[in-house]
Amino acid sequence: MPIAEKDVRWVEEPQIGLFEQLYLPAILTGLATTARHGFGALFGGKAVTQQFPEERPKLPANYRGVHRLNRDESGRVKCVACYMCATACPAHCIDIVAAPSPWPDREKYPETFVIDELRCIYCGMCEQACPVDAIELTTLPDLTGLSREEMMFDKEKLLSVYDQTVRMGTDPIRTKPGRLSVAAEIAPPGAVPAPKP
Amino acid sequence: MTYPTHIWITLLFIVLAFGVLQGACAYLSLLERKIAAWVQDRIGPNRVGPRGLLQPIADGIKFLLKEQVVPSHVDKLFYFLAPAITVSTALFAFVVVPFGQTHSPVTSPWPQTNAEFARIQDELEAKRDAYEQQTQFVVAPHVDIGILLVFAVGSLAVYGVILGGWSSNNKYSFLGGLRSSAQIVSYEIPLGLSALTVVLLSNSLNAERIIAHQLSAGWHVWYQPLACLLFFTSVLAECNRLPFDLPETEQELVGGYHTEYSGFKFALFMLGEYTHLITTSFLVVILFFGGWHLPWISEPASGPVVKLIVLCGKMLLVIVISMLVRWTIPRFRFDQLMGLAWKVLIPLTLLNFIVVMVVKQAGMARWSEMIVLFIASIALLLGAALLNVRRPRTRFDIGDARQRAAESVLN
Repeated sequence: MPIAEKDVRWVEEPQIGLFEQLYLPAILTGLATTARHGFGALFGGKAVTQQFPEERPKLPANYRGVHRLNRDESGRVKCVACYMCATACPAHCIDIVAAPSPWPDREKYPETFVIDELRCIYCGMCEQACPVDAIELTTLPDLTGLSREEMMFDKEKLLSVYDQTVRMGTDPIRTKPGRLSVAAEIAPPGAVPAPKP
Repeated sequence: MTYPTHIWITLLFIVLAFGVLQGACAYLSLLERKIAAWVQDRIGPNRVGPRGLLQPIADGIKFLLKEQVVPSHVDKLFYFLAPAITVSTALFAFVVVPFGQTHSPVTSPWPQTNAEFARIQDELEAKRDAYEQQTQFVVAPHVDIGILLVFAVGSLAVYGVILGGWSSNNKYSFLGGLRSSAQIVSYEIPLGLSALTVVLLSNSLNAERIIAHQLSAGWHVWYQPLACLLFFTSVLAECNRLPFDLPETEQELVGGYHTEYSGFKFALFMLGEYTHLITTSFLVVILFFGGWHLPWISEPASGPVVKLIVLCGKMLLVIVISMLVRWTIPRFRFDQLMGLAWKVLIPLTLLNFIVVMVVKQAGMARWSEMIVLFIASIALLLGAALLNVRRPRTRFDIGDARQRAAESVLN
């Protein structure tokens, strides 16, 4: 399809004058810019480098890093083993084994909850799928390990990530830890004795 | 007449040149990376040693201990020969380059009769003895074809590049080698022509005499600012440095002629390249910026250490400028590179050379000669620019293009 006449803009090559044709002023201006940046970084402390292992990067709060499993107000795992995250996961990296909950306020809980951190693509779909705000991605950027097995994060590891991030005060902003939301099936009051603290 | 101490001094200088040049090349690679970092608002290598100062040593150890990969498809003999040629020619060119104090060697007059010969002989030998008792900071002092030797040997270095590119048996390396040969052949001409003006001014090819001439007559840059500029430009091209690093463009040639080289052989290429850079930077200083001379600080009466520091400091300044240029000007396209050499640099240097010849022939006083040559240089530069502005260029005709576009739509 031809381009409409009104959409075509004809540009003429700009005429170069004597000053530009000398090239030297332009080169000197460029050298001045280069030298200014050089001196700024050398003496003026204007370098933007972050000394990574010593100096931690300040990441935005909605950064998607290592996963964590949230705890509820009494320190138990908040997950209700509904498999919503595992279903939503495009990389199929979440493996959950559900078991009847030992606590009265929910029906199921995850007996094991394993995320293969090497398969994960950090898209955040699990977080969006979770009805009880139990899983979320933290702002921890560096995820290292010496073996593939080490990078299979189980329930304890994911809960410890929660403890660590709560201590660091880098709570993400997308989910709310604490009480279970209405999506969990709450047993009628008095049906089951409350757990000992 | 020779003095036994001279042999020792020469040997010492050879050892020094070898060791110091290699160390200098290693630290120039660090300087290059540091300047690259600073210019880009970064810090640069700072992990090995305080402020990264041990980085070259770590690099050297890595180069030595790395596996020596020899690809199966290379031409073995020339593959191994290429880095050796690069380094040895680069080191050999350094032989006649002064790096500290020098004195002008004695010029013997031409005696017309035997009696005259007998009369000046004693005088001449006394002068020669006095010259030989002063230490010259050159590996090979008193080489009367000095500058020619540097250019001759320096252009041999291109064999290393071509052989490296060709023996790698790889089209990208080969293209890099081809580009290098074309580029160096072209840029040798303005390089030699701009150096030749200095040779005309100082009546000698000997680097020591060129320095001595600038002591009495003033730095050549005041006589030949244009030649200085053109010489520096050609030096950048000779050293394959940006904006003329076409033989090793990473983006199009994967690294050019040294793509197939790794480990110590790659280090030898780098060593040759940086040695070449040091030699040519010394040449810029010696030809145009008075060698070890610096008014009030380094005069003929000052000590050899001061002269050494002044000359090496100036050389370092030239290197720093060429490293800054690297991050300032984008790389030329190959046709632009050739256009610059053949359409701009060579005519300009030729005209400049003719102007110097005419002015020399006029036999003016030193000051008026300086002023005339300075003005002539500026005029040549302005004239070249003006010529390009006034040149009727084949301009893009919008109406015509519009017509053709309309016709192509109809067809």
